[in-house]
Amino acid sequence: MNGIHDLGGMHGFGPIEREKNEPVFHEDWERRIFGLLNLTMGAAQIHVDEIRHAIEKMPPAEYLASPYYEHWLYGAEKVLAELGLVTPEELDKRTAEMAKREAK
Amino acid sequence: MAKQSRTEPPSTPALRIRALESLLVEKGLVDPAAVDEIIDIFEKRIGPRNGAKVVARAWADPEYKKRLLADGSKAIAELGFTGLQGEDMVVLENTPKVHNMVVCTLCSCYPWPTLGLPPNWYKAAPYRARVVIEPRKVLAEFGIEVGPDVEVRVWDSNAEIRYMVLPMRPEGTDGWREDKLAALVTRDSMIGTDIPKVKA
Repeated sequence: MNGIHDLGGMHGFGPIEREKNEPVFHEDWERRIFGLLNLTMGAAQIHVDEIRHAIEKMPPAEYLASPYYEHWLYGAEKVLAELGLVTPEELDKRTAEMAKREAK
Repeated sequence: MAKQSRTEPPSTPALRIRALESLLVEKGLVDPAAVDEIIDIFEKRIGPRNGAKVVARAWADPEYKKRLLADGSKAIAELGFTGLQGEDMVVLENTPKVHNMVVCTLCSCYPWPTLGLPPNWYKAAPYRARVVIEPRKVLAEFGIEVGPDVEVRVWDSNAEIRYMVLPMRPEGTDGWREDKLAALVTRDSMIGTDIPKVKA
């Protein structure tokens, strides 16, 4: 299957944007998903190819427009759901609960 | 028009990731201390200074260079740099006739043990799309020009292999100690978007 991830040779992209003294992680959520996904893959014996395959199924516009580590979140959610380890419903519920708590 | 590189992250991923972590911890799949540790390793302890040591060793020791080019993983392991995303290393030698560049067009494959985590530009669409069709234009954007008689080879990482460029040793460095040589080696020169030089 092909997909938006298959970018080699695609026309239309502009300058390569570089950041001076770029930090390894720009936001705390980026470093958290980095750590979480690596550890989860080890614990659940998930091969990185499964994560890549999941990421390759991202809607194309979302794939191009989202910050890189959102791809990791997408891949993690998809594979964890497929394995029955974390369902989307559980995650939605927990996210809503935490949003409510933090809004107080 | 959507921006190609990183945009401001909305609050949603942050909260969702916190929720995900709390669930994974509850289910016994991750230990938060272990998460902290791997973050620390890649944020603070592993980086391109590792690769620079490999390059400096190869510049200073012709026998090491031979081993490095014959079996990258093995020779890099001699310096203690092994592990995640560095299991299958191939080192590409730049010569007066060949300039090598590395990309992962399909995702973001990168040799973590020697270079740490990749910069955003390496993972974003413009580099991945353009370097395989117009590498000299990409080099020019990085302020680098190679002669028309120099072949530019672009290597696309596949799922297992991780590439690292061995840049050419700059002129005027005869007899330099390895640590001084290593200081010349930039991260980008090991990706292929820079060329080390002695600062004036």
